[in-house]
Amino acid sequence: MYAQYVARRFGMMLLVIVLAVSINFLLPRLMPGDPVEAQLNQLLATGGGGGDISAMVEAYRARFGLDQPLIAQYLSYWKAVFSLDLGVSLAAYPERVSHAILAGLPWTLGLLGFATAVSFVIGTWLGGLLGWPRTPRVTRAFGTSLILFSSVPYFLIGMVLLYLFAIVFRWFPAGGGMPFGQSVGFNWQTLTAIAWHGTLPAASIILAEIGAWALGMRGMMVSVLGEDYITLAEAKGLKPRRIFRWYGLRNALLPQLTKLAMALGHIVSGAILVEVIFSYPGIGFRLYQAIQANDYFVIQGIVLLLSVSIAIAMFILDLAYPLIDPRITTGRD
Amino acid sequence: MAIFSNGPAGLKRNPPLTFGLFLLLALCLLAAIGPFVADEALARVGATLPRQPPSAAHWLGTDSQGRDMVTVLMLAMPQTLKIGLVAGLISLSVGVALGLISGFAGGVVDTVIRLASDVMMTIPGIAILVLVAANVREMTVAVMAVIVASLSWMVTTRTIRAQTLSLRERGYVQIARLNGSSTTRLVFVEILPNLLPFIAASFVIAVSNAMLATIGLEALGLGPQKELTLGTTIYWAQFYGAILRGMWWWWAPPILLISLIFIGLMLTSVGLDSFVNKRVANGS
Repeated sequence: MYAQYVARRFGMMLLVIVLAVSINFLLPRLMPGDPVEAQLNQLLATGGGGGDISAMVEAYRARFGLDQPLIAQYLSYWKAVFSLDLGVSLAAYPERVSHAILAGLPWTLGLLGFATAVSFVIGTWLGGLLGWPRTPRVTRAFGTSLILFSSVPYFLIGMVLLYLFAIVFRWFPAGGGMPFGQSVGFNWQTLTAIAWHGTLPAASIILAEIGAWALGMRGMMVSVLGEDYITLAEAKGLKPRRIFRWYGLRNALLPQLTKLAMALGHIVSGAILVEVIFSYPGIGFRLYQAIQANDYFVIQGIVLLLSVSIAIAMFILDLAYPLIDPRITTGRD
Repeated sequence: MAIFSNGPAGLKRNPPLTFGLFLLLALCLLAAIGPFVADEALARVGATLPRQPPSAAHWLGTDSQGRDMVTVLMLAMPQTLKIGLVAGLISLSVGVALGLISGFAGGVVDTVIRLASDVMMTIPGIAILVLVAANVREMTVAVMAVIVASLSWMVTTRTIRAQTLSLRERGYVQIARLNGSSTTRLVFVEILPNLLPFIAASFVIAVSNAMLATIGLEALGLGPQKELTLGTTIYWAQFYGAILRGMWWWWAPPILLISLIFIGLMLTSVGLDSFVNKRVANGS
């Protein structure tokens, strides 16, 4: 049963990756006109060009292999993807796209990992409380207002936080991932600097995410409380706190984990603009810069990375569920 | 069906829905009146002195291009709502159609539609949107709506498919089938009316998702270049460092408007959800 389930999920992941790579390949070719001409014209018109133009044209031609038949181009595109050869940046020629991505990745992963973990824990716990009838009114009002917060896009919250805490009060730095000119090293000073710069961006993601987790958890908690085993636990005279933790919270938690996988894509895309607002040196900010400069290969590379990494992350989470809940492999989707 | 049959009495017992709908209605009204009251010339670059804080002449000041912010907002608001509504409607129709077909046809058709929606759900929408938007030469409000809609039909398809599957096994549908009703009749007379609450809920979610995606794209600078929208306003504010320069009147009002739209949509969605999902409603 497990093997079959794993095989199906693996197939799903492969399908997503194939689709993502194909979209990446096809989109520029579907557009009217010669992509090389158009991209370079755009680049020159917006003044984004730097370096040797004829070398760029060559890079483009080689990259697209435009004289080849479409199927050959497609195959060589796959080969390039597998060898992680994502081309060169045009605005920062001759920097390689893969290098640009690798430079931004640790920042994004750190920021997202931290913010997602914190908001998941707080939000889930808060949602459990909201679905629990004995929760005091104050907590309830607080939780409800956080849920309202979660409907507002992350980066808007980020802009308000930036204005209040970096411009008006000057408690936190207004941007960047590190103090200007300081180099990254494994020491206490670096760590505090990174935490210092990451506080506001992380806070905007956490504030916006808590509500979404709380909302989902509240719904689950309410349905779990209707189950017979809760009634039995109450009849047994167990302490309410115990019922809440071990009978309510625990059982309502599973669908939250499923949602964690679904939410990954959403969180990643939401964080792109948070990085832009705080000039945080992750891949979201790099994507923004690439869009500004019409740096097409970088845009393409980052989009590909996002799709593929989310597909893989979801597959890994899929593998973990049956270990937590055996019903998943036997049940329907 | 409670939403429709209970009327105002049903609304009274559902504060989130009441507040949400009221908020959305007020914003739509504002957006409808705006363009008639606004003097379009004031929203052009260089129309007034740039970087003016709010005053009697310019209630919300001017941006660094010399545009009057009140006018900009009055013209941007309807465009933003229009994109959301049009994209929501398109994605809803596609979603409902595919959901019905998938739930009714079963077999290979069902498998293909389900697989397609699963795959599309996995790929992060904004990533693909960025790629598409970066490739489109001339972005307009209409193109934007279509692009966003093409990537947000999946949630509706899933909801409608699940409901169709459950409805088609109900007694009255079975009887209608035995009486020799055509499939068209089954779908339009027996199934569809009972799906209305779910369709209403899906519509709100579709509009919300569409607006989230649009505003995100616009804030990245991939929105319509020649038309004013709330997201584009934020993009320019960010581009010219309005926050760092302390020009709060440039970025705060569009943020407030966008937040109000999303809070309205959220309340409506939560309110509708308690109709659709009775257990949640009774529990809280």
